[in-house]
Amino acid sequence: MGKSNSALRNPLGRVRGLGSAKDGTHHWFLQRVTSIALIPLTILFLAAIFSLVGADWAQVRTAFHNPFVAMLGLLTVGSLFWHFKLGIQVVIEDYVHGEAAKLLTLFAVNGAIYVVGLAAMLSIVKMFLGD
Amino acid sequence: MAQVERPLSPHLQIYRLPLTAKMSITHRITGVGLGIGTLVLTWWLIAAAMGPEAYATFVKWVPGFWLGKLVLFGFTVAFFVHFCNGIRHLYWDTGRGFLPQESAKSDVVVLVCAGILTVLTWVVAFVLMGRA
Repeated sequence: MGKSNSALRNPLGRVRGLGSAKDGTHHWFLQRVTSIALIPLTILFLAAIFSLVGADWAQVRTAFHNPFVAMLGLLTVGSLFWHFKLGIQVVIEDYVHGEAAKLLTLFAVNGAIYVVGLAAMLSIVKMFLGD
Repeated sequence: MAQVERPLSPHLQIYRLPLTAKMSITHRITGVGLGIGTLVLTWWLIAAAMGPEAYATFVKWVPGFWLGKLVLFGFTVAFFVHFCNGIRHLYWDTGRGFLPQESAKSDVVVLVCAGILTVLTWVVAFVLMGRA
Protein backbone atom coordinates (compact mmCIF):
# COMPACT_ATOMS: atom_id res chain seq x y z
CA MET A 1 0.00 0.00 0.00
CA GLY A 2 1.47 3.35 -1.06
CA LYS A 3 0.80 6.85 0.11
CA SER A 4 -1.54 7.67 -2.79
CA ASN A 5 -5.23 8.54 -2.35
CA SER A 6 -6.24 5.07 -3.54
CA ALA A 7 -4.69 3.67 -0.38
CA LEU A 8 -7.13 5.39 1.95
CA ARG A 9 -8.86 2.05 2.46
CA ASN A 10 -6.80 -0.25 4.62
CA PRO A 11 -6.11 -3.89 3.61
CA LEU A 12 -8.68 -5.28 6.04
CA GLY A 13 -11.33 -2.98 4.60
CA ARG A 14 -10.52 -4.25 1.12
CA VAL A 15 -10.83 -7.84 2.28
CA ARG A 16 -14.12 -7.14 4.07
CA GLY A 17 -15.41 -5.55 0.87
CA LEU A 18 -14.87 -8.99 -0.72
CA GLY A 19 -14.33 -7.73 -4.27
CA SER A 20 -16.79 -6.71 -6.96
CA ALA A 21 -19.14 -9.65 -6.43
CA LYS A 22 -19.22 -8.97 -2.66
CA ASP A 23 -18.94 -12.64 -1.80
CA GLY A 24 -15.22 -13.22 -2.24
CA THR A 25 -14.30 -16.89 -2.60
CA HIS A 26 -17.66 -18.07 -1.26
CA HIS A 27 -18.77 -19.78 -4.52
CA TRP A 28 -15.39 -21.41 -5.13
CA PHE A 29 -15.15 -22.54 -1.50
CA LEU A 30 -18.64 -24.08 -1.41
CA GLN A 31 -17.94 -25.98 -4.61
CA ARG A 32 -14.95 -27.56 -2.82
CA VAL A 33 -16.93 -28.23 0.35
CA THR A 34 -19.72 -29.98 -1.58
CA SER A 35 -17.22 -31.96 -3.66
CA ILE A 36 -15.39 -33.24 -0.58
CA ALA A 37 -18.72 -34.11 1.07
CA LEU A 38 -19.84 -35.93 -2.07
CA ILE A 39 -16.83 -38.29 -2.08
CA PRO A 40 -18.08 -40.44 0.83
CA LEU A 41 -21.78 -39.61 0.29
CA THR A 42 -22.01 -40.73 -3.34
CA ILE A 43 -20.05 -43.93 -2.68
CA LEU A 44 -22.26 -44.84 0.31
CA PHE A 45 -25.49 -43.92 -1.47
CA LEU A 46 -24.39 -45.85 -4.56
CA ALA A 47 -23.78 -48.85 -2.28
CA ALA A 48 -27.27 -48.40 -0.81
CA ILE A 49 -28.78 -48.28 -4.32
CA PHE A 50 -26.72 -51.36 -5.23
CA SER A 51 -28.16 -53.30 -2.34
CA LEU A 52 -31.54 -52.62 -4.03
CA VAL A 53 -30.60 -53.91 -7.51
CA GLY A 54 -33.41 -56.25 -8.55
CA ALA A 55 -35.43 -55.40 -5.43
CA ASP A 56 -39.18 -54.87 -5.64
CA TRP A 57 -41.06 -51.78 -4.49
CA ALA A 58 -41.69 -53.08 -0.96
CA GLN A 59 -37.97 -53.71 -0.38
CA VAL A 60 -37.13 -50.18 -1.56
CA ARG A 61 -39.72 -48.73 0.82
CA THR A 62 -38.36 -50.83 3.71
CA ALA A 63 -34.84 -49.54 2.96
CA PHE A 64 -35.94 -45.89 3.13
CA HIS A 65 -37.73 -46.51 6.43
CA ASN A 66 -34.26 -46.88 7.91
CA PRO A 67 -33.30 -43.44 9.26
CA PHE A 68 -29.67 -43.90 8.22
CA VAL A 69 -30.61 -44.65 4.61
CA ALA A 70 -33.09 -41.75 4.56
CA MET A 71 -30.53 -39.35 6.01
CA LEU A 72 -27.82 -40.59 3.67
CA GLY A 73 -30.24 -40.07 0.78
CA LEU A 74 -31.16 -36.54 1.85
CA LEU A 75 -27.54 -35.51 2.44
CA THR A 76 -26.44 -36.97 -0.89
CA VAL A 77 -29.28 -35.51 -2.94
CA GLY A 78 -28.92 -32.14 -1.19
CA SER A 79 -25.15 -31.90 -1.75
CA LEU A 80 -25.52 -33.23 -5.29
CA PHE A 81 -28.01 -30.57 -6.40
CA TRP A 82 -26.09 -27.85 -4.58
CA HIS A 83 -22.86 -28.93 -6.29
CA PHE A 84 -24.68 -29.05 -9.65
CA LYS A 85 -26.14 -25.58 -9.11
CA LEU A 86 -22.67 -24.11 -8.42
CA GLY A 87 -21.07 -25.97 -11.33
CA ILE A 88 -23.70 -25.21 -13.96
CA GLN A 89 -23.62 -21.55 -12.92
CA VAL A 90 -19.95 -21.31 -13.94
CA VAL A 91 -20.65 -23.11 -17.23
CA ILE A 92 -23.53 -20.72 -18.02
CA GLU A 93 -21.45 -17.67 -17.08
CA ASP A 94 -18.70 -18.87 -19.42
CA TYR A 95 -20.76 -19.79 -22.47
CA VAL A 96 -23.95 -17.72 -22.42
CA HIS A 97 -23.16 -14.21 -23.62
CA GLY A 98 -25.23 -11.09 -23.12
CA GLU A 99 -26.46 -10.09 -19.68
CA ALA A 100 -30.17 -10.68 -20.37
CA ALA A 101 -29.66 -14.16 -21.85
CA LYS A 102 -27.23 -15.07 -19.08
CA LEU A 103 -29.56 -13.91 -16.33
CA LEU A 104 -32.58 -15.65 -17.85
CA THR A 105 -30.66 -18.92 -18.33
CA LEU A 106 -29.36 -18.83 -14.75
CA PHE A 107 -32.86 -18.04 -13.50
CA ALA A 108 -34.45 -20.92 -15.43
CA VAL A 109 -31.75 -23.48 -14.62
CA ASN A 110 -31.61 -22.54 -10.94
CA GLY A 111 -35.39 -22.76 -10.74
CA ALA A 112 -35.39 -26.21 -12.36
CA ILE A 113 -32.68 -27.41 -9.97
CA TYR A 114 -34.66 -26.25 -6.93
CA VAL A 115 -37.85 -27.91 -8.24
CA VAL A 116 -36.22 -31.26 -9.13
CA GLY A 117 -34.01 -31.28 -6.02
CA LEU A 118 -36.95 -30.57 -3.74
CA ALA A 119 -39.03 -33.28 -5.45
CA ALA A 120 -36.24 -35.80 -4.89
CA MET A 121 -35.82 -34.84 -1.23
CA LEU A 122 -39.55 -34.78 -0.57
CA SER A 123 -39.83 -38.30 -2.04
CA ILE A 124 -37.23 -39.53 0.44
CA VAL A 125 -39.04 -37.83 3.35
CA LYS A 126 -42.37 -39.32 2.21
CA MET A 127 -40.85 -42.82 2.06
CA PHE A 128 -39.23 -42.39 5.48
CA LEU A 129 -42.46 -41.25 7.13
CA GLY A 130 -44.91 -43.31 5.05
CA ASP A 131 -46.16 -46.83 5.69
CA MET B 1 4.03 -0.23 -42.01
CA ALA B 2 5.05 -3.51 -43.55
CA GLN B 3 3.15 -6.64 -42.60
CA VAL B 4 5.26 -8.57 -40.12
CA GLU B 5 4.94 -12.36 -40.06
CA ARG B 6 4.34 -13.10 -36.45
CA PRO B 7 3.63 -16.48 -34.94
CA LEU B 8 -0.06 -16.75 -34.16
CA SER B 9 -1.24 -18.03 -30.84
CA PRO B 10 -2.75 -21.50 -31.14
CA HIS B 11 -6.43 -21.28 -31.93
CA LEU B 12 -8.77 -23.75 -30.23
CA GLN B 13 -9.96 -25.14 -33.58
CA ILE B 14 -6.52 -25.97 -35.00
CA TYR B 15 -4.59 -26.61 -31.80
CA ARG B 16 -4.27 -30.28 -30.90
CA LEU B 17 -5.30 -30.28 -27.26
CA PRO B 18 -3.07 -32.23 -24.87
CA LEU B 19 -4.77 -35.00 -22.89
CA THR B 20 -4.93 -32.84 -19.75
CA ALA B 21 -6.87 -30.18 -21.67
CA LYS B 22 -9.20 -32.78 -23.16
CA MET B 23 -9.88 -34.08 -19.65
CA SER B 24 -10.53 -30.54 -18.45
CA ILE B 25 -13.40 -30.08 -20.93
CA THR B 26 -14.50 -33.67 -20.24
CA HIS B 27 -14.91 -32.70 -16.57
CA ARG B 28 -17.39 -30.02 -17.59
CA ILE B 29 -19.22 -32.23 -20.07
CA THR B 30 -19.56 -35.09 -17.57
CA GLY B 31 -20.61 -32.60 -14.89
CA VAL B 32 -23.44 -31.23 -17.04
CA GLY B 33 -24.37 -34.77 -18.12
CA LEU B 34 -24.52 -35.97 -14.52
CA GLY B 35 -26.62 -32.95 -13.64
CA ILE B 36 -29.15 -33.88 -16.32
CA GLY B 37 -28.82 -37.51 -15.17
CA THR B 38 -30.08 -36.56 -11.71
CA LEU B 39 -33.49 -36.54 -13.42
CA VAL B 40 -33.27 -40.36 -13.60
CA LEU B 41 -32.32 -40.54 -9.91
CA THR B 42 -35.24 -38.23 -9.10
CA TRP B 43 -37.58 -40.33 -11.24
CA TRP B 44 -36.51 -43.41 -9.24
CA LEU B 45 -37.16 -41.67 -5.90
CA ILE B 46 -40.52 -40.20 -6.96
CA ALA B 47 -41.63 -43.53 -8.43
CA ALA B 48 -40.71 -45.36 -5.22
CA ALA B 49 -42.53 -42.72 -3.17
CA MET B 50 -45.65 -42.90 -5.37
CA GLY B 51 -46.34 -46.61 -5.26
CA PRO B 52 -45.86 -50.07 -6.78
CA GLU B 53 -47.31 -49.19 -10.22
CA ALA B 54 -45.13 -46.09 -10.68
CA TYR B 55 -42.12 -48.10 -9.48
CA ALA B 56 -42.88 -50.91 -11.93
CA THR B 57 -42.99 -48.35 -14.77
CA PHE B 58 -39.56 -47.04 -13.76
CA VAL B 59 -38.11 -50.56 -13.60
CA LYS B 60 -39.63 -51.38 -17.01
CA TRP B 61 -38.13 -48.34 -18.76
CA VAL B 62 -34.77 -47.86 -17.01
CA PRO B 63 -33.07 -51.03 -15.69
CA GLY B 64 -35.37 -53.35 -17.66
CA PHE B 65 -34.87 -51.77 -21.09
CA TRP B 66 -31.66 -51.90 -23.16
CA LEU B 67 -31.66 -48.15 -23.85
CA GLY B 68 -32.26 -47.45 -20.17
CA LYS B 69 -29.38 -49.76 -19.26
CA LEU B 70 -27.19 -47.93 -21.79
CA VAL B 71 -28.09 -44.58 -20.18
CA LEU B 72 -27.25 -46.03 -16.74
CA PHE B 73 -23.93 -47.30 -18.11
CA GLY B 74 -23.13 -43.85 -19.54
CA PHE B 75 -24.14 -42.40 -16.19
CA THR B 76 -21.63 -44.60 -14.31
CA VAL B 77 -18.84 -43.81 -16.80
CA ALA B 78 -19.50 -40.06 -16.44
CA PHE B 79 -19.78 -40.40 -12.67
CA PHE B 80 -16.47 -42.20 -12.16
CA VAL B 81 -14.60 -39.95 -14.61
CA HIS B 82 -15.95 -36.85 -12.85
CA PHE B 83 -15.36 -38.45 -9.42
CA CYS B 84 -11.71 -39.38 -10.09
CA ASN B 85 -10.90 -36.18 -11.96
CA GLY B 86 -12.63 -34.21 -9.19
CA ILE B 87 -10.30 -35.74 -6.63
CA ARG B 88 -7.39 -34.70 -8.86
CA HIS B 89 -8.81 -31.16 -8.90
CA LEU B 90 -8.86 -31.17 -5.09
CA TYR B 91 -5.22 -32.31 -5.14
CA TRP B 92 -4.41 -29.51 -7.61
CA ASP B 93 -6.12 -27.05 -5.23
CA THR B 94 -3.30 -27.73 -2.76
CA GLY B 95 -0.92 -26.27 -5.36
CA ARG B 96 0.71 -29.57 -6.26
CA GLY B 97 0.96 -31.66 -9.43
CA PHE B 98 0.96 -28.88 -12.04
CA LEU B 99 4.15 -29.83 -13.93
CA PRO B 100 3.38 -31.18 -17.45
CA GLN B 101 4.92 -34.58 -16.69
CA GLU B 102 2.99 -34.76 -13.40
CA SER B 103 -0.36 -33.95 -14.98
CA ALA B 104 0.38 -36.36 -17.83
CA LYS B 105 0.87 -39.07 -15.23
CA SER B 106 -2.26 -38.16 -13.25
CA ASP B 107 -4.26 -38.14 -16.55
CA VAL B 108 -3.51 -41.85 -16.86
CA VAL B 109 -4.17 -42.55 -13.17
CA VAL B 110 -7.59 -40.83 -13.37
CA LEU B 111 -8.62 -42.68 -16.54
CA VAL B 112 -7.44 -46.09 -15.31
CA CYS B 113 -9.17 -45.65 -11.92
CA ALA B 114 -12.40 -44.50 -13.62
CA GLY B 115 -12.24 -47.51 -15.95
CA ILE B 116 -11.64 -50.01 -13.15
CA LEU B 117 -14.43 -48.56 -10.98
CA THR B 118 -16.91 -48.58 -13.88
CA VAL B 119 -16.18 -52.19 -14.83
CA LEU B 120 -16.26 -53.27 -11.17
CA THR B 121 -19.63 -51.54 -10.68
CA TRP B 122 -21.22 -53.36 -13.62
CA VAL B 123 -19.75 -56.74 -12.72
CA VAL B 124 -21.28 -56.38 -9.25
CA ALA B 125 -24.57 -55.11 -10.76
CA PHE B 126 -24.88 -58.12 -13.08
CA VAL B 127 -23.97 -60.56 -10.31
CA LEU B 128 -26.70 -58.98 -8.12
CA MET B 129 -29.19 -59.01 -10.99
CA GLY B 130 -28.46 -62.66 -11.64
CA ARG B 131 -29.06 -63.46 -7.98
CA ALA B 132 -32.32 -61.50 -7.80
